[in-house]
Formats: sequence, C-alpha cells, structure tokens
Amino acid sequence: MTFRKSYLVLALVGGLALSLGAARADTSQSSAPEMQPQVARQSWSFAGPFGKFDPEQLQRGFKVYHDVCSACHSLNLVSFRDLADPTGPAFSEAQVKALAATYKIEDGPNDSGQMFQRPGRPSDHFPWTFPNPEAAKAALGAVPPDMSDLAKARTYPRPFPLFIFDAFTQYQEQGPDYIVALLNGFTRPDDPHWNLYFPGHKIAMPKPLTDGQVKYTDGSPETLAQYSRDVAAFLYWAAEPKLDERKEMGLRVIAFLLVFAALLYFTKRRIWEGVRH
Amino acid sequence: MSGQPIYVPKSGLAKWFETRLPLFGFLHHSFVAIPNPRNLNYWWTFGGILAFMLGFQIATGVVLAMHYTPDSKLAFLSVEHIMRDVNYGWLLRYAHANGASMFFAVVYIHMLRGLYYGSYKAPREVLWILGVIIYLLMMATGFLGYTLPWGQMSFWGATVITSLFGAIPLVGSTITTWLWGGYAVDNATLNRFYALHYLLPFMILGVVFLHIWALHVVGSNNPLGVEKKTEKDTLPFHPYFTAKDGFALVVFLIVFAWFVFYIPSYLGDADNYIQANPLQTPAEIVPEWYYLPYYAILRSIPSKILGVTALFSAILLFAFLPWLDRSPVRSASFRPLYRIFFWLFVATVVGLGYIGANRPEGAYVIAGRILTICYFSFFLIVLPLLPLIEKTKPLPASIADAVLGRPARPSLNPGHSSASEVR
Ligand code: HEC
Ligand code: HEM
Repeated sequence: MTFRKSYLVLALVGGLALSLGAARADTSQSSAPEMQPQVARQSWSFAGPFGKFDPEQLQRGFKVYHDVCSACHSLNLVSFRDLADPTGPAFSEAQVKALAATYKIEDGPNDSGQMFQRPGRPSDHFPWTFPNPEAAKAALGAVPPDMSDLAKARTYPRPFPLFIFDAFTQYQEQGPDYIVALLNGFTRPDDPHWNLYFPGHKIAMPKPLTDGQVKYTDGSPETLAQYSRDVAAFLYWAAEPKLDERKEMGLRVIAFLLVFAALLYFTKRRIWEGVRH
Repeated sequence: MSGQPIYVPKSGLAKWFETRLPLFGFLHHSFVAIPNPRNLNYWWTFGGILAFMLGFQIATGVVLAMHYTPDSKLAFLSVEHIMRDVNYGWLLRYAHANGASMFFAVVYIHMLRGLYYGSYKAPREVLWILGVIIYLLMMATGFLGYTLPWGQMSFWGATVITSLFGAIPLVGSTITTWLWGGYAVDNATLNRFYALHYLLPFMILGVVFLHIWALHVVGSNNPLGVEKKTEKDTLPFHPYFTAKDGFALVVFLIVFAWFVFYIPSYLGDADNYIQANPLQTPAEIVPEWYYLPYYAILRSIPSKILGVTALFSAILLFAFLPWLDRSPVRSASFRPLYRIFFWLFVATVVGLGYIGANRPEGAYVIAGRILTICYFSFFLIVLPLLPLIEKTKPLPASIADAVLGRPARPSLNPGHSSASEVR
C-alpha cells in the first residue's frame, strides 16, 4: 500500500471515530441538566441463569400491592388463583379462596337482566377501584398505569458500552430496578409529586410508600427500602410469571445443545480428517 | 475426488414415481451429490441457517396465529394470553420475536459474506438479486409482524413508517390512506397487516426456492473467488458440508437459545409492553435494531421526500452491486484496498445503526450525515473506481492448486497446505 493510500484510509477511519466521538460528547453535554441520576442495580433472586422467584418476597410484595398500590393501580391480567402458582407467590388454595371472597365482583346480567355484585372467585381477575380511566384521571391527575406488565414496560437508558455487557451478563431487570429507584426517589419532603427518577421529575403519583406503612408477619424490616424491593419483585413476577420455568428449561436446552455441538464437532472433524480444504 | 453417485431409485414404487416426477433425484442432487468447492469456510454455513430460520419462523408463526386475535381492541390482550395462559406460549412468542432478530443477524452476515468474497459477480447476478428480493420481503415481514402485538411501539412505528409514503408527491396521501384502510393506523390497518404478515413468509419461501435453484445452476463461490474447474476442486455436499453446516447450525442455536431463555426482552422495546394508545406519543419512536442504519439515513436528510428516496436507494443499491463493482477479481483476499474499504463500510453501517438508535440532535445529526455520505460513497464511488488504482494479488490457478499446495502462490494460507494426506 502506498503512503498516499494509507493516509487516505487513516483519515477515513479517524474521521469516523471523531464524528462518532463528537456525537457522544455533544449529546452528553446538551442533555446533562436533564439527565436522570443512574438507577442503582439491586440484587434479585430471579436474576441470572439460575434465577428463581423467592415466594416469601413475592408474598410480602403482594401485601404491599394489596394494601397500598391497589388503591389506584389495576392488575388486569392477573387472576386470584395465579397467586397460588408454586413458582410465584405460592399462596395456598385456601388463602386464595379467602382472599378472592373479600372482593366484590360485578357480574351479570342475571335472568331478570340486572347486573349484580357477588363475592370474588379464584378465577376472577383483580378488579380496579376506578370505574374507568377517565374517573382515575379526574381524581389523580393522570391514569395510574395497569401493573400487570409494568415491570417490563419501564426501563432506563443503558448507554454504550453497558448495553453490550448486558447481553452477556443477562441483565434483564431494568424494570424492577427502575421501580425501586422511583419509589425511593421522592426526595423533596415539601413536594410529594417531585421524583428524582421520573422523566421530567413531576409525577402525578404522590409518594405512595413510607417506613412502617405495611405490616409484615415474617419479621422482615418494615422499611421503605424493603417494601420497594418486595413490591418490585412482585410486579416482575406479575409481568413475567413463567420466568422460573423459562430459565430452568433454558439450562437444559443449552446443556443439550452444548453436548450435541461437541458431538457434531468431533463427527465433522472425523469426516474431514486428512481432507485438505 | 470421486463424487457421490447419482440417485438411482431402488424400489418399484420409487422408480414409478421418479419417471413421473424426478423429485427425489432433484433433492439427492441438491443436498447429497452436488460438488461444492472444497475450501468453503464457516461463513458459507449461514445459508443453511437461514433456511432453518425461515422454517422455524413459519412453524412458530402458524401456532401463534392459532391463538392470536387481529383486532385493535384484543390484539395486545391476545398476545398476553399467549404469554400467560397458552401452554408454552411464552416460548413460542419469545422464540418467534427473537427468531426474527436472529433471522436478520444471520442474513446480514450472509450478505456481508457475499460482499467480502464478491459472490454477486458474474455468473451469480440473478442469484444475488433473488437474495436482495428475499431481504426486502423479510424487511416487510418483520415490520408487519412488529405491529401485531399492538403495543405502543407497534402502533407508532407503523404510523411513522407508513407516513413515509405520504412524502410521495401528488399521490402520497392517497397511498397512505389506502395502506391504512382509513385516515389513521387503526383496526383496518392491523387486519391487513396481519393478513400480509401471514402471506409474505410464503412468498419468501417461493423466492428461496428460486434462489437455491439459481445456486445450483452456477454453484457456490468460495473464499478464493476462483471458479471450480475439475473434480479435484470439490467435495460432495454429503457428508462433508452436511456435517459442517450441521455443526454450525447447532452452535447458532446455542446463541439463539441464550436470547430466548435468558434475555428474551433484550432486543425488544419496553414501550411495547404498553398497549397502543393513539393519543399518547412515546418519548422516542425507535424501530427494531435491524432497521436502524436505514432509519439514520432517513433522518439525516432534512427533506422528507429526499430522505425517503435515500432510504429506499440505500437498500436497492445492493441489487446493483454486480454492475457497480468493476473489479474482475472476486475475493477480497486478493484485493488489498477493497478489503480496507469493506471494513470501513461495515463500520459505517454499525455507526449508522448506533446513530439511528439515538435522538437526532446536535452532533448525532452531523455524524449521521457524514456516515450517510460514506455509505453512498462506498457504492457509487469506491466500488466503481477502486479497480482503477488497486493492484490485486495474483490468483491461484485453481482451488486444488491453492489448497492441495502445488506451486503455491505467496498469498495463500500456509496452514492448509501442510496437511498430510490428500483424499
Ligand atoms: C394515589 C394513587 C396511587 C397509589 C396509591 C400508587 N400509585 Fe403509582 N401511580 C399513580 C399515578 C396517578 C401514576 C401516573 C403518574 C404519571 O403518569 O405522572 C402512577 C404511576 C406509577 C408508576 C409508573 C411511573 C412511570 O415511570 O411512568 C409506577 C412504577 C408506580 N406508579 C408504582 C406504584 C407502586 C409500586 C405503588 C404502591 C406502592 C403505587 N404506585 C401506588 C397513582 C398511585
Ligand atoms: C419470514 C418470517 C417471519 C418473520 C421475520 C416474522 C417476524 C415477526 C415479528 C418481528 C413479530 C413481532 C414480535 C413481537 O414483538 O411479538 C411477529 C409476530 C407475529 N408473527 Fe411473525 N414472522 C415471520 C413469519 C410468520 C408466519 C409464517 C406467521 C403465521 C403463519 C407469523 C405469525 C405471527 C403472529 C401471529 C405474530 C403476533 C404474535 C406476537 O407478537 O408474538 N409470523 N412476527
């Protein structure tokens, strides 16, 4: 390669690197005042290849949802009996039945054409406290999002190169990490609607949780830090109820594929032995 | 090198059938007997993986379709029903969604392989163009499929992309109305997108058939880029390449399984777990990763109509490669300058993809414009003009010469010629 040509190539590579570098530097500058602080990563029992939900944590998290969040947020896609899922909160059938019976479910129309209220059954889904989104908005200033998928529907930015590492370290818990951060992000005592982590900082939800607000029966600390982690774990289960099954199956599938690949590799080597290519 | 014997039907029934439709002879020829250049490397295994992925997407798609409801009120809920209530529905859905990404990753590798080794040059122009058609159909299929779960990104992605047609002078708004089946993306849009998402994969299947047919007329290219001449240059497809392709497929499946079982949402967008809401625009509308370089090109150009033109030209330029690249030498192994520009092109596309994922502000815009110019320069300036200044390395007389190590030419991989025995 002549000097001229290598110079040309160098200039091109350099130009590329510079323009990309400039782009990064520039945006991080211009958005600096707007930037949210980094969301802290929590350690979750359900992270990583061997991850599993911790039923006790999910039961506590459910209690937080039940006692606090359910006043505003719906959980449309989850039925009472889902709570008995052995890879989920693993409540007993009797507990689920008793819980369902405490809800009033609208049903009907009956033979005379009337809608009526009846006690809930395990197959019913969680009802919402508001008759419709408009009523919720009128009362709260914004519609509280349904919680069934919430832990998968929220995230926070993972700039280069972090998002590359995430593929290898299996980081999938951005949603629950964000929820924990959000619940701990009401840092201005004079303004319950100011949140450090909410995009734009003004959130219609007033600080929903404080220390000692929910009674735990298993001796876990009754603190905001504990509540927020427990409810975020519960919400991740609600959004991804098949996680245990998925990761277990993944382990078996990948183990099988590794063995299969090794066998095929040696077969291939044997077939190609001494064949130049 | 003795090839595999040709297919001879043994039983009476097989003979009877073969004289009426020589199907098994064709299959035997295509996947058992066909002599392949013996020096194919692992970059040649991705075609087989693509065929597998097409079958896989159709199989998982058909079963998903049994549980899916194409109605703007129910679509999101029916996908959630698949995820929560259908037996192994979560597996089907994650496999299909990540399968689309894997399909694109593999097709990009397959195309770059062709670009590096000059596989589009005569006599493989038709084969190449059929590949570009498959790629276009895949892009359409992926886009249509992404609207089906009817999440926020489904809805707004569909809105942005279909609005592009509105840029066409005079007929633009008529075309978008016609595409939407109304005056906005709505139930009618979802219904037709679903019908087309079901249809296009089978059209791809048809073009794949032509693609393979064309392949078997002209044969595979190879890393040296010199045509096979004698039997000594080749090995029969079976068992040599069935074994190699099979191994590569299983290694690929490990990567695929990693995504499906451990990071199924990694390539997706969190906003798509929010049901579509026409009244609430998401903070950022980002397409799937495999469209990002084109999205960056679109947004680099201030005029909408020119942006759309650039977007489509960027894709269609691939079809003209056989005529844009004027070098008589196929393989980049013998083209020292082209090799550098090839990697610069790869870097340009990756850079554009990165820019496409970010908000078009400040220096991202400038970087996007520079890289857009680089992208088009590669096709329109570098490829046609490079042969004028490039001094290519001497080509080996034949594949056998290079591999079996007769008067070996300097530039060849010495590792291969040291093997002990020649079969
Ligand atoms: C007083 C009613 C109310 C209660 C109680 C409540 N929320 Fe909210 N929540 C809201 C409203 C309203 C919004 C919508 C905020 C907005 O869009 O500005 C919201 C939004 C959220 C969001 C989404 C924030 C985002 O990034 O979009 C999360 C997460 C959340 N709530 C979690 C919880 C949890 C966990 C609890 C229980 C500990 C809870 N909320 C209790 C009213 C409530
Ligand atoms: C070329 C092959 C195919 C590609 C690239 C492809 C791509 C996609 C993509 C990207 C999605 C959205 C994934 C998501 O986020 O949920 C999707 C969904 C879907 N596809 Fe396909 N698809 C293909 C073949 C098929 C076929 C052949 C069928 C049916 C016969 C099908 C049926 C469906 C259905 C029902 C959905 C909606 C359910 C869902 O969102 O998971 N697909 N497809």
